Amino acid sequence: MQGLKRMLEIKNLFAGIEGKEILKGLTLRVNPGEVHAIMGPNGSGKSTLANVLAGRPRYEVTSGEVRFEGKDLLELPPEERAREGVFLAMQYPVEIPGVNNIYFLKSAYNAMRKHRGEEELDAIEFLQLVREKMKLVELDEAFMNRGVNEGFSGGEKKRNEIFQMAVLDPKLAILDETDSGLDIDALRIVATGVNMLRNERHAVLVITHYQRLLRYLVPDYVHVLSEGRIVKSGGKELAEELEQKGYDWIEEEAAAAR
Amino acid sequence: MSNETIEQIAEQEYKYGFVTDIESDVAPPGLSEGTIRLISAKKEEPEWLLEFRLRSFRHWLTMKEPEWANIRYEPIDYQAISYYSAPKQKKQLNSLDEVDPELRATFDKLGISLDEQKRLSGVAVDAVFDSVSVATTFRGELAKLGIIFCSFSEAVKEHPDLVRKYLGSVVPYTDNFFATLNSAVFTDGSFCFIPKGVRCPMELSTYFRINSAGTGQFERTLIVAEEGATVSYLEGCTAPMRDENQLHAAVVELVALDGASIKYSTVQNWYPGDKEGKGGIFNFVTKRGKAFKGSKISWTQVETGSAITWKYPSCILQGDDSIGEFYSVALTNNRQQADTGTKMIHIGKNTRSTIVSKGISAGHGQQTYRGEVKIMKNAENARNYSQCDSLLLGDKCGAHTFPYIEVRNSSATMEHEASTSKIGEDQLFYCQQRGISAEDAVSMIVNGFCREVFRELPMEFAVEAQKLLGVSLEGSVG
Repeated sequence: MQGLKRMLEIKNLFAGIEGKEILKGLTLRVNPGEVHAIMGPNGSGKSTLANVLAGRPRYEVTSGEVRFEGKDLLELPPEERAREGVFLAMQYPVEIPGVNNIYFLKSAYNAMRKHRGEEELDAIEFLQLVREKMKLVELDEAFMNRGVNEGFSGGEKKRNEIFQMAVLDPKLAILDETDSGLDIDALRIVATGVNMLRNERHAVLVITHYQRLLRYLVPDYVHVLSEGRIVKSGGKELAEELEQKGYDWIEEEAAAAR
Repeated sequence: MSNETIEQIAEQEYKYGFVTDIESDVAPPGLSEGTIRLISAKKEEPEWLLEFRLRSFRHWLTMKEPEWANIRYEPIDYQAISYYSAPKQKKQLNSLDEVDPELRATFDKLGISLDEQKRLSGVAVDAVFDSVSVATTFRGELAKLGIIFCSFSEAVKEHPDLVRKYLGSVVPYTDNFFATLNSAVFTDGSFCFIPKGVRCPMELSTYFRINSAGTGQFERTLIVAEEGATVSYLEGCTAPMRDENQLHAAVVELVALDGASIKYSTVQNWYPGDKEGKGGIFNFVTKRGKAFKGSKISWTQVETGSAITWKYPSCILQGDDSIGEFYSVALTNNRQQADTGTKMIHIGKNTRSTIVSKGISAGHGQQTYRGEVKIMKNAENARNYSQCDSLLLGDKCGAHTFPYIEVRNSSATMEHEASTSKIGEDQLFYCQQRGISAEDAVSMIVNGFCREVFRELPMEFAVEAQKLLGVSLEGSVG
């Protein structure tokens, strides 16, 4: 490891859903301080990767290994993964009617503090913390007292995800197509949230179909996923190339190499 | 959530299952005119009340047990039930200190120590242990305002004119099979009277507890709020574990005279039976209020216990501008069955009613919302809003909704909303992904679902209700 502590290590991962194999030998390493973009056409396995990492039920790992800070991530139930510092900004955040947004977030935050052996914050302390973060994502305070995602627009839901991310301060943030359906302002806010995590303690995995978000949020690495494996990796320029040329050439290259 | 956790929690025993050994004065099983005369004599009742009972009994003999409800149970043998049971008391009690220590200990186990209640929460408690009241508190303070809050038997002795005037005025003795049975054999209950213009300064509360094996409970409650009076009444209960089914057929009558307001809140947590459905209370209750001009009656209930719940707290909106409300959370887990809802009968002009019903089914629980909104011919500009939501946990439970609407006046405004949802895997995962355990997540989601009802409950009750739902439900998601 040459003194560099690896955050996430995925080795030859095979996984799928309902008997259908989607990831077919995916390998990826992410170090602290890095922002990786995972791109690829629909059906290439991007969202499966995100969900498998977070431990969503019904996704099954058939073989391979995932280590998070050296721990076997696949062994842990979803809430343990979250408490260890894995955050998934969901593609389709659900509504939980009647559960106050801020109450929900406080429960999550305190569950994590408890896990780390820290004292839980009371309502007043928590509110102070939250107010700062709220400004970052340009959310109105009235928003906080609504039910979790209840009646939120698509854009509000995504901003709420970024807000939660900002408050929970995860080690590894995975954004599953957070950019889909967002306007320019919302994209900028998402980028602001992610850029906050850009330091030696954090790493980010941005899963996206389009290069659009990557204009605001410049990745250190870009990987192209095709048929369940990473077929090409490069720097930020790879994303631009994909934008111009589409995915076909990469898939052809990959097919030729097989 | 892992199946293991679910099973662990599902196996939690009913927390309040214990039996207190107090020498009971129990009538032999069986129901006849003789039994009724015995009850009446034991209670030293006036002739008119005995007549009321006998009239009811004779009518009951002509009635058939209703079969329309969506519940299934073994036939009840009405001759196998003992209709009278009173804890033996050596003398009249002057203070709580004189209450049977064993009885006090039972209350302590339930976390409802009377003197604590008295000191800390400002709640006047009329404790019903089996059928006879053993302690009544705060009487003096209430009496200064002219408020009467006592056991039904005492009311019969001390305020016979009031009882005679209002008993059966909302739920007539011919009303239905179970109400008629109650009218014949009721043993005790609560009586509450708020005189004209008085706002009752504290929440009035009664803890019911069923204790004697094989003793049916036939509570009778009568609350009268005179013109412009206001009262909030709380009813909450737990019961010890039992193997045989216990019949409970209570009647509650509310009378809200012109401009009065009665808020009646219930948390019902009787023994629901074990996981296979053995044991548990059969709860057949008739609750109804009559609202006169400009008055308001509000029912709020949280029903988590009993093997069978058959209960429709209703409002007769007789006076112009009167208001009826029904807020309900009902939960059925394991083999519990509930058929519950309300009736809103709009008779007066500009009458308004609101119905918010939240049903939660888990395990093999079966739940039915049954509601009726009736707008009579002269009820100009009546309005009703109904909302019935069902939440399913797991795939072996059921939720059913039967809203009946009858409108005979074209100026009425009716709104009805209904939804059925399942605690989604997605909702659970969302919470877990934020570090919240599956159990906490279920409890959070369910409490969120019930929020519109909980906010209608008095503060302490709301907290109790949330805890109760947590305990009753944790881990019931598969």
